[in-house]
Amino acid sequence: MALLEVEDLNVRFYTEDGVVKATNDLSYQIEAGERFGVVGESGAGKSVTSLALMRLIEEPGVVESGEIRFKGQNLLDLEYEEMRQIRGNEIAMIFQDAETALNPAYTVGEQISEAIRVHLGLNEEAAKERAIEKLESVGIPDAPQRYTDYPHQFSGGMQQRAVIAMALSCDPDLIIADEPTTALDVTIEAQILSLLEDICTETDTAIQLITHDLGVVAEFCERVMVMYAGHPVEMATVEDLYYNPQHPYTVGLMSSIPRIGDNRDRLQTIPGRMPDLIENPPGCNFHPRCPYAEEVCTRMEPPLVDVETGVELEEVASDQQTAACLEHTGDLQKGLDYTVTVREETSMEADGGVTDE
Amino acid sequence: MSTKSQQSQTNRGRIRIEGFDAEAVEKRDPLSAWQPELETKEAKSRTYYAWRRFKRNRLALFGAVIVTAMVLLTVFARPWGLPEWIPYLGGATVQPFSLAAQDPATQDILVGYQPPTVEHLLNWPPSTLHIFGTDWAGRDLFARTIYGGRYSLSIGFIAVGVALLVGVPLGSIAGYYGGYVDEFIMRIVDMLYAFPFIVLAIAVITILGRGYWEIVLALIVVGWLSYARIIRGEILSVKQNEYVTAAKALGARDRSIIIKHIMPNAMAPVIVQATLSVGTVVLTAAALGFLGLGLSPATAEWGVMLNVEQDSMARGNWWAGLFPGLALFFFVMAINLIGDGVRDAFDPQGDKKGSGGFR
Amino acid sequence: MSLQRFILKRGLITIPLLIGVSIMTFGMIHFIPGDPVDFITQFADLDPEVEDEIRSQYGLDQPVYIQYFNWMSDAIILDFGNAITTNRTVGAEIGDRLPYTLLMGSMAFLVTVVTAIPLGIYAAYHRNTRIDQVSRVFALLGVALPNFWLGLILILLFSSYLGLFPVLPPTGEGLLSWDMIRYTILPAVTIGTGATALMMRLMRSSMVEELDKDYVRTARAKGLPEKTVIRKHVVRNSLISVVTVAAIQVAFIISGSVVVEVVFSYPGIGRLLVERVQTRDFPVIQALVLIIGVFVIFANMLADIIYAYLDPRIRY
Repeated sequence: MALLEVEDLNVRFYTEDGVVKATNDLSYQIEAGERFGVVGESGAGKSVTSLALMRLIEEPGVVESGEIRFKGQNLLDLEYEEMRQIRGNEIAMIFQDAETALNPAYTVGEQISEAIRVHLGLNEEAAKERAIEKLESVGIPDAPQRYTDYPHQFSGGMQQRAVIAMALSCDPDLIIADEPTTALDVTIEAQILSLLEDICTETDTAIQLITHDLGVVAEFCERVMVMYAGHPVEMATVEDLYYNPQHPYTVGLMSSIPRIGDNRDRLQTIPGRMPDLIENPPGCNFHPRCPYAEEVCTRMEPPLVDVETGVELEEVASDQQTAACLEHTGDLQKGLDYTVTVREETSMEADGGVTDE
Repeated sequence: MSTKSQQSQTNRGRIRIEGFDAEAVEKRDPLSAWQPELETKEAKSRTYYAWRRFKRNRLALFGAVIVTAMVLLTVFARPWGLPEWIPYLGGATVQPFSLAAQDPATQDILVGYQPPTVEHLLNWPPSTLHIFGTDWAGRDLFARTIYGGRYSLSIGFIAVGVALLVGVPLGSIAGYYGGYVDEFIMRIVDMLYAFPFIVLAIAVITILGRGYWEIVLALIVVGWLSYARIIRGEILSVKQNEYVTAAKALGARDRSIIIKHIMPNAMAPVIVQATLSVGTVVLTAAALGFLGLGLSPATAEWGVMLNVEQDSMARGNWWAGLFPGLALFFFVMAINLIGDGVRDAFDPQGDKKGSGGFR
Repeated sequence: MSLQRFILKRGLITIPLLIGVSIMTFGMIHFIPGDPVDFITQFADLDPEVEDEIRSQYGLDQPVYIQYFNWMSDAIILDFGNAITTNRTVGAEIGDRLPYTLLMGSMAFLVTVVTAIPLGIYAAYHRNTRIDQVSRVFALLGVALPNFWLGLILILLFSSYLGLFPVLPPTGEGLLSWDMIRYTILPAVTIGTGATALMMRLMRSSMVEELDKDYVRTARAKGLPEKTVIRKHVVRNSLISVVTVAAIQVAFIISGSVVVEVVFSYPGIGRLLVERVQTRDFPVIQALVLIIGVFVIFANMLADIIYAYLDPRIRY
């Protein structure tokens, strides 16, 4: 049994323009201590997925169907009070923008220790002590002094560290980090990511990292799910995904990363943009933007299948690679025609499909 | 696992993918009839969506119906002639209809089943003959109430219109040019803002004296402040936007930048404020009338009527004050309904509600 | 920025504003077409010599800036000269009336705060539900009701028909006597209705804005009980921003008292102002306008300072 099992999760937003299908039959698992990445363009349903895990979807959104099993228990069946005991305690969340995630009217210390008091039942003193300990553990210097500082007295990087300390305050088993480094500059991003990695390995905490940045995923994650229009389109270990992408969308994302020493005369992009999730394209949602799309793609919705066998899996083992493209069910006639090359230091090129070192 | 990821991390930067041919997608015919909704959506203007949302707002439409009905009632209350000073056409009747059977100033109106005595003439409760009753002088209150709308409504619309013409340019100039011009204009606004709405209006009336145009002017002096403030604030925020910088860099002139690029984006809150202001202005004009600082006591203006009838009301002649007050109340409420509707229509929060929560 | 520096800075901004307001008030009389002497003598037919005497008595023969300076230096010690219509000092006239307006104003303010804030919070918490709709309709009615008309109807209902309140203010009773306070209830409620409607909506929108803030989601994600989230993180923060709204209320209540005092024959400064405008008693009008302007400026300043004190981003 995995730490977290999401099964056929459907989240809908009932808006005046129509029903937004934010996630569609989303299923995935995260093992204890695993670093799991969720990648996609903005609007792909990544954040909704994480809010759904915390049951924090607000009006007009609803979790329409599906199960979210955490340690075997379906979170969607819990009473409010039981769910509240899990939030911040067993599952904690790190938000994208630390500046707005902190209440400007309370000290940083108070905002950390209030969670400790609520979940661990400690008194003021003990909670303060623990909060300072956590502030120290995320690398905030002079933590006892900074405990009484207000958020605006912290720099952006320090605010993000404080938010991470808040998430760690009750030693959760799963941390959901929603673009934790997007608002930060690159040097601080690297620091924060290595901090999260240390926490993960030291305390065996699982992390679900949501990002649109494939570079961050490559650095940080062990396994990745690529999302498009509320659907998982590819799920694989980081190595498989990078060296052997099996979904055209993943391929598009990867070929649109600019690189130093690139001799292409223009930056590759994925044409068009993501549908608004109200009225999705028929068949494969990606077909209007896919260079490999054929007529069949407008008719058949591709299932998420094992890329080697082409069979839909009940339970996906953590080292298996799955993708949702008709290529893998054998329905595509021309196939996916791209090459992945890994250049050595000497820029020697290898062709013909996928080449490892 | 960890050694493997360490090792591969160093090499990933050199992965390169070829064969993802984006141009082919742009060149080929669409495979299905599906169109990306987002793009068609943005092509339509903000006003189009505001109007669509306004039309769906039942309360706002209800307000619009009331306002329209009241405007029609006042226009057709009595015949309408052109002023005498216009050459040739002076005195000509433009609007011949009269919904009110009696002239609002006529006092001897009792005919019929009872001998006309003074007691019967004055302060009559509503009856079939006078559906709103008569006032202390025996004048028909229905005629006076619908005719009285001419004063309140016209003061409201004219004062707000002119105040817009004063406040919007001054606020735009202050916001766009900044510096001393801004300081000068906004300090005046701040000073005038120190006086509560009606106190300032009374002060102006003190200077100008009483009368229709004096009231209008007083309400303009009070009214332009909020538009100047709002448009200045909007312009200060719009000015930061890149398209304004771009227009500047391309050498567009100040005036055309303000009119073409800034105004359309800054006007929405001004329109909302102006709509709501019509209500405030009408209320203030009526309040001035009520305080005896407005039109002459014989006028059928709603505030004046309430002033004249207040003692009569306290003695229990409820109808004397009920109808002018209700007319005022309904008009202001309807205006507020429209104003709220306009705000909801323009308010980006409507959008936030729709697409917020996931991103 | 430290709080002391903020107060200093805020105070410094106020000075030119006060000077501007005083110049405007002083200048009022010079905008009026005609000779000021005519207003002082109420257009009596007088010898030119007597007129000159009056002119020099009131300093009208001096240059305008000297006149302003004299007027202002007297005004600072609350000496506004004599009222024209009663021959009493303006200070005494206003001194008699001001306490009543303060009593009524503070009662109206109390009514407003006590009702508007809880209602606003309640409506915001239940936003987009039936409850919110009802509060919206109530606010709409409150804003659209002309306060003078509402006053007349309340008199008709509670004084004339039900006899719960006296129709006329008690005479010879002290300011804080039960009779006076009882008489003040109806006017205070009349003003309070509009003010409540306004403040309730402001409280609601302030809290709705706060509810949408990221840190509220953070607080929920931390697993705090919903009550704590609302009380500690939402209501407290939205109350901070409502402090500035309270200053708007002061101006709104003054506006209301001018009209409502006339409706209830209430012996306050609002009715004094209206009476003296009708009799063109300029020294009294000027003094009242100045006092009201200064009062509003100080109310705004106080609100800003309280806000700064409550908001740690300014305090530290």
